[in-house]
Amino acid sequence: MEAVLAVTIGILFAAAIYMLLRRSIVKLVIGLILLSNAANLLIFVTAGLERGAPPLVPRGMAAPAWAVADPLPQALVLTAIVISFGVLSFAVVLVRRAWELVRTDDLDHLQDTDR
Amino acid sequence: MQLAVLAGFVVAGLTPWLHRVAGARTPLLLALLPAAIVGWLLQHWSLLAGGGALMLEQAWVPALDITLTFRLDGLAWLFACLIAAIGVLVLVYTGGYLRGHPDLPRFLAVLMAFMMSMLGLVLADNLVALFVFWELTSLTSYLLIGFRHTDPLARQAALQGLLVTAGGGLALLVGFVLLAEAGGSWSLAELASRGEAIRGHVLYLPLLVAILIGAFTKSAQFPFHFWLPNAMVAPTPVSAYLHSATMVKAGIYLLARLHPALSGTSAWTLGLALIGGVTLLLGAVMALRQTNLKLMLAYSTVMALGTMTLLLGIGTRAALAACLVFLLAHAFYKGALFLVAGILDVMTGTLDVTAMGGLRRLLPWTALTAAVAALSLAGLPPMLGFVAKEALFGALLEAGGTGWVAVVAVTLAAGLTLSVAAIVAIRPFLGPLRDPPRRPRGTPPALLVGPALLAALSLLTGVAPGLFDELVTVTLAGLGASGEALHLVPWHGVGGPLALSLAGLVLGVAVFLRWESVRARLVDVLAPLVARGPEVWHSTLGWRTLQLAHWQTRILQNGHLRTYLVTILMAWLGLVGHALLVRHGSLSWPGSAWQAHELVVAALMAAGALTACMVRSRLAAVAALGSMGFSIALTFVLFSAPDLAITQLLVETLTVVLLALVLFRLPHFTVLSTPLQRWRDLGVAALVGALITTLMLAVLGGERLPSVSHYMVANGQPLGHGHNLVNVILVDFRALDTLGEVFVLALAAVGVYAMLCFRAEEAGHG
Repeated sequence: MEAVLAVTIGILFAAAIYMLLRRSIVKLVIGLILLSNAANLLIFVTAGLERGAPPLVPRGMAAPAWAVADPLPQALVLTAIVISFGVLSFAVVLVRRAWELVRTDDLDHLQDTDR
Repeated sequence: MQLAVLAGFVVAGLTPWLHRVAGARTPLLLALLPAAIVGWLLQHWSLLAGGGALMLEQAWVPALDITLTFRLDGLAWLFACLIAAIGVLVLVYTGGYLRGHPDLPRFLAVLMAFMMSMLGLVLADNLVALFVFWELTSLTSYLLIGFRHTDPLARQAALQGLLVTAGGGLALLVGFVLLAEAGGSWSLAELASRGEAIRGHVLYLPLLVAILIGAFTKSAQFPFHFWLPNAMVAPTPVSAYLHSATMVKAGIYLLARLHPALSGTSAWTLGLALIGGVTLLLGAVMALRQTNLKLMLAYSTVMALGTMTLLLGIGTRAALAACLVFLLAHAFYKGALFLVAGILDVMTGTLDVTAMGGLRRLLPWTALTAAVAALSLAGLPPMLGFVAKEALFGALLEAGGTGWVAVVAVTLAAGLTLSVAAIVAIRPFLGPLRDPPRRPRGTPPALLVGPALLAALSLLTGVAPGLFDELVTVTLAGLGASGEALHLVPWHGVGGPLALSLAGLVLGVAVFLRWESVRARLVDVLAPLVARGPEVWHSTLGWRTLQLAHWQTRILQNGHLRTYLVTILMAWLGLVGHALLVRHGSLSWPGSAWQAHELVVAALMAAGALTACMVRSRLAAVAALGSMGFSIALTFVLFSAPDLAITQLLVETLTVVLLALVLFRLPHFTVLSTPLQRWRDLGVAALVGALITTLMLAVLGGERLPSVSHYMVANGQPLGHGHNLVNVILVDFRALDTLGEVFVLALAAVGVYAMLCFRAEEAGHG
């Protein structure tokens, strides 16, 4: 299954890069979303997959009695998901603001600082 | 001593305040510092006379073996005395020359900083410290040449001087690092005792070339000589002090200082003698081409510097002694003549010798000073210049062999210099009175005292050169040329040197008498050469460099995000792909078996991503992104990450809401790129995706290192008192990370809020 997900993540990255290379600023934002999701999955999958063994400690025990999924990458990815949402919301509002000011969606038109 | 130098820098920084308090007396007050240094040096001479040296050590960067060690020996004493003593006179002179100038405080501050840098340069024992002071003198020289910064010529000359000397400084740094490598020490004193090892080292030739470039640029040797005459746009005290008496001699100082370590090989002798010889002839010829007094003197300085380089190249004890005496003589008479030129400039408003005449009646003391100093420049008895020239010819004749080429060159140059001296001393002062642009009235004493003292010194030490016997002997011993005490005499009697002097005299007088026609011929002959000379190479090089910079900026920094991205990605692809190919010959197909529903989730994910890229409608794109996000959440559920799944679901929902709210106020998707661009981008994107997949397969198929989270799994409940290990890690083991995350989110929220409010405000005003 890891191999299948590796291919899927490759597709996600390819889609993200393609969108980041567009001139339209809205497509750039979509590329950003794709990129952060792909990166999160990459970390999650590379750490190894476990089925049906969430990192939980049963009541009354000091530690899980059986092998559980590694909690550390999960914690890191959780942080990353939230942070990427922060970045995304900021970027979206920024794009909207830029649109209101310069009325263009084309990154090439944003090069002149004088406008 | 370090204290004095460092204090000097502090004084330089405080000069503007001092000027506010003391006004026009500031230069005199500042002159007290170098005067005190001269006093200190004279007091400590007795220590050196026995052949010892004074070491003052101060750690600077101990980890790198860099110290701020000052070492006072004969050579350092000689230079330090010149710097401080002439510094006193130049400061006094500046008080008159720039009286009431609004930028006087700035000038004095930089001049003081220069003086201290120069002192540090000649006193430093550590190569790195020497280099730092060396570059400081280049910098202060830049500021002083460009003092009249509203004049484009001054700015250009300042920049040219800086580029040449600082460029040479870079070569020097390389040379110093190689020298320290070859000699095994950063200390000049230790390097001096390891000459054998250094000369035999494989790095000897590269380090010699690098150091010579550094020294030659500083001392205006061919082909780097052109910056010095251009630097004459600086105020005259600067020309006299930096560009004649002290800074341009830093290269000579360095060559003399490294003489024990580097000299004695054919590369050294040939390099120095050849370049010195070419430079001295060039300086002498070019001087006659000028009519501007300062330019004539500047070229004759180039000639003098070439002579000293030649003598260092010959390197016999007599040559070294001649070099030292010549150095002293030159500092005295050239300092005096430059200051006289400055007086004429201030008094008459011109520097053109052809526009002056008969000034002796109006400026009698200046005329006398000029005459005495020019006698020394001409090398006539009873001046120190004569003693120096006799020593010079003596050393050349003694060297023998192919030295006759040098003898001819120096005799020629001496003759031409004599005519320069005659022009400088006679044209402005004798003959019928011509009307200069301004009619001079009596010279202020502040202007006259400096040149007069220097000229008097030329005469006094010319009559009694024995004053320098001890100094020269001790300095020679420091340069590794010890021997019996040297005796300088005002008159050597009839012999080879005198004959050469007479030959030069005849030539000089002949040229002087026919100067006008000689000059016209020289201008004609030299014009095409100058038009193709080193100065043009330099400006072409600078211009080409700028062009290259513009070109590469246009290519690399074109302001298009996608160009940057593609550049970065292609570099990454090349480097990582190459490493991957080299390290992993084959790839396995790792991981557990798959189940049908898992495959469906993965397919949904990929389909969502691809759809988001392809659809034209914004709504469809947002929906596709949403389906991808929810598939990812499902993946988290399937593979034992319930917390991630919950978070992903929440965030995904919020994202869809946010996009739906904002995106629909934005324009519709439009096609902005050509099909070719799209295919190119698709190619890059596919390559990146393929490499990511390959990397993941390589990582997953490779050897697993043990996870670091055993401690967290084992102690989550006992120490963190939680049953959900991910939560315990977030709020306990890695709580600081989470705190940082909270800050980031808060900042993003503030940013979003600010941008939304800003709009409302604007709308309210609008």
